[in-house]
Amino acid sequence: MSFHPLMDYGKGMHQSQRALADEGPAFVFTAENLATLEDICSRYPAERRKSAVIAALYLAQRQQGYISRNAMKAVAAAIRISTAEVEDVVSFYTMFYQRPVGKNIIQVCRTLSCALNGAERLTDELQKVLGISTGETTADGAFSLFEVECLGACDRAPVVGVNDDWHECQRPEDAQKLVDGLRTKGAASLTGCHLHKEHS
Amino acid sequence: MELILTPHVNTPNGFTLDFYVKQGGYEALRKALSMTPDDVVDVVKASGLRGRGGAGFPTGMKWQFVDKKSSKPKYICCNADESEPGTFKDHVLMERNPHLLFEGCLIACHAIGAKVAYIYIRGEFYHVQEVLEAELAKARAAGFIGKNIFGTGFDCEIFVHRGAGAYEAGEETALIESLEGKRAQPRLKPPFPAVAGLYDCPTAVNNVETLCNVPPIITRGAEWFASLGPEKNGGPKLYCLSGHVKRPGVYEAPMHVTVKELIYGEQYGGGIRGDRKLKAVIPGGSSVPILLPDQIDIPASFDGVMKAGSMLGSAGMIVMDETTCMVWAAENLLYFYKHESCGKCTPCREGGDWLHKLLGRIERGEGQMKDIDLLLSVANNITGKTLCAFGDAAATPVLTTVGLFREEFEAHVREGRCTLKADWRSEARAHAHAH
Repeated sequence: MSFHPLMDYGKGMHQSQRALADEGPAFVFTAENLATLEDICSRYPAERRKSAVIAALYLAQRQQGYISRNAMKAVAAAIRISTAEVEDVVSFYTMFYQRPVGKNIIQVCRTLSCALNGAERLTDELQKVLGISTGETTADGAFSLFEVECLGACDRAPVVGVNDDWHECQRPEDAQKLVDGLRTKGAASLTGCHLHKEHS
Repeated sequence: MELILTPHVNTPNGFTLDFYVKQGGYEALRKALSMTPDDVVDVVKASGLRGRGGAGFPTGMKWQFVDKKSSKPKYICCNADESEPGTFKDHVLMERNPHLLFEGCLIACHAIGAKVAYIYIRGEFYHVQEVLEAELAKARAAGFIGKNIFGTGFDCEIFVHRGAGAYEAGEETALIESLEGKRAQPRLKPPFPAVAGLYDCPTAVNNVETLCNVPPIITRGAEWFASLGPEKNGGPKLYCLSGHVKRPGVYEAPMHVTVKELIYGEQYGGGIRGDRKLKAVIPGGSSVPILLPDQIDIPASFDGVMKAGSMLGSAGMIVMDETTCMVWAAENLLYFYKHESCGKCTPCREGGDWLHKLLGRIERGEGQMKDIDLLLSVANNITGKTLCAFGDAAATPVLTTVGLFREEFEAHVREGRCTLKADWRSEARAHAHAH
């Protein structure tokens, strides 16, 4: 949207000049990720590539584990927007990590329906088992623990998000099993979403 | 009772294209394409279908407001953000009946003259994206989506767009902003999306469950749909039961069903866990006022719940038993609202944080009597003073708990602690800040 009807915003006017300092390893999208990104961009009008910025950030995060400033620059170049616009988005949404996180990201839902079913106690137990507080990562880089807001599976409370998967109906006494399972069998040890079983 | 939206959610492979087509799937689209767009809008208007996302606004009117004379493209945005605490019905529809949603999107596009529908799902629904995209590909290969559908010359595409973690993206203009690749923050209205929505083009934003009701309306008619429920509350409805019920889950029923039946009925929630006493119900997602046990013998309809002083909202019913401390419950929800405030409007951004701090202070036994009135004052300075309904939603848990359970707040101040023991709460946390 423009801010004054008579201004010509199409020619670089009102384009942020904010500079973004280097941070993190050098970042270049893999050819495969670039091709995926172009496919996603084709879902939107050609002049609306910006719509694909979240998708581009997901690809960057998958490639590198977190979103460094160097990755933001690569996203800005691929989407053809300013780095400020990318930073704006990264800093707003909770699912983008701006610093390295553990290989397994354990996210316990803490909102009312899960809390009514023992989510607080589950988080207490996970903190004990992992030896970290929420928001931290274990020294071996294997686990990060977060409390998150309602995941939309309140009938399977407490529900835990692990990376892209779900783990449902977790009692406090299940904490050790969850961590052990992830260490030995990875995602295969998770319940997944009960609605999704047949698809996978 | 016949299930309309969820008859096959437990049937093996009930989500597949083959199964859907065998059940007569995509025939409603064929019928709709033989009708003029205006006739489709008229049928949906006559059915009385009201939006299932929370506001209950008539869907047919929403479509009629779309500026069809505009030379710009039109868009359908399906709101599948489903982030209201206590709500998980759209999730079931997308996982177990995705083609019903696609068919609803296609008919909606025909009705408003759109060629593209975007399904905006929340970031945490990674597994839902997988299902939707796999099934979309099948529907596209079968010719139900794409160019010249049924040889009628109707072209239409459906794309899935996944967000990245933001409750506010469920507000329709914030959803549009997010879809445009920006922060999910609401726009000043007017202009409404029907005039200037996605990419400044005429847009209708409809909830998943709303769109899923459209194919049966086209197939079986407006009168049939309206006759399923009380007057002005027609059609099937999905209810989400969570909290302290024996059988939490998603249940389909016409809106004649009462809140009491949903909580205690054997075919629904089955009563309170451990046969404890019911203390409070939040009937429509965390943003609506509480109903007390003596207020639940009412139809769980838009108008029925409204008459009782609350809202049906997203039909996310959170049930709390006698062991639930209402100060704690309010604090839990205000943490959610302060965390999820998009930050655009000062009363919500700052006020939510203040409310959470005040509630924490009282819950830990560090509050003063004057804090209780301060809570009300801050809450009342948020309501009605923000661009979107988030501000009112954030103030509601405070206004409703203080309004109905003031003596509990006073007891916390008097006793200097929370006196309710609950076997599901963290002992460590309850005493973490006590001195």
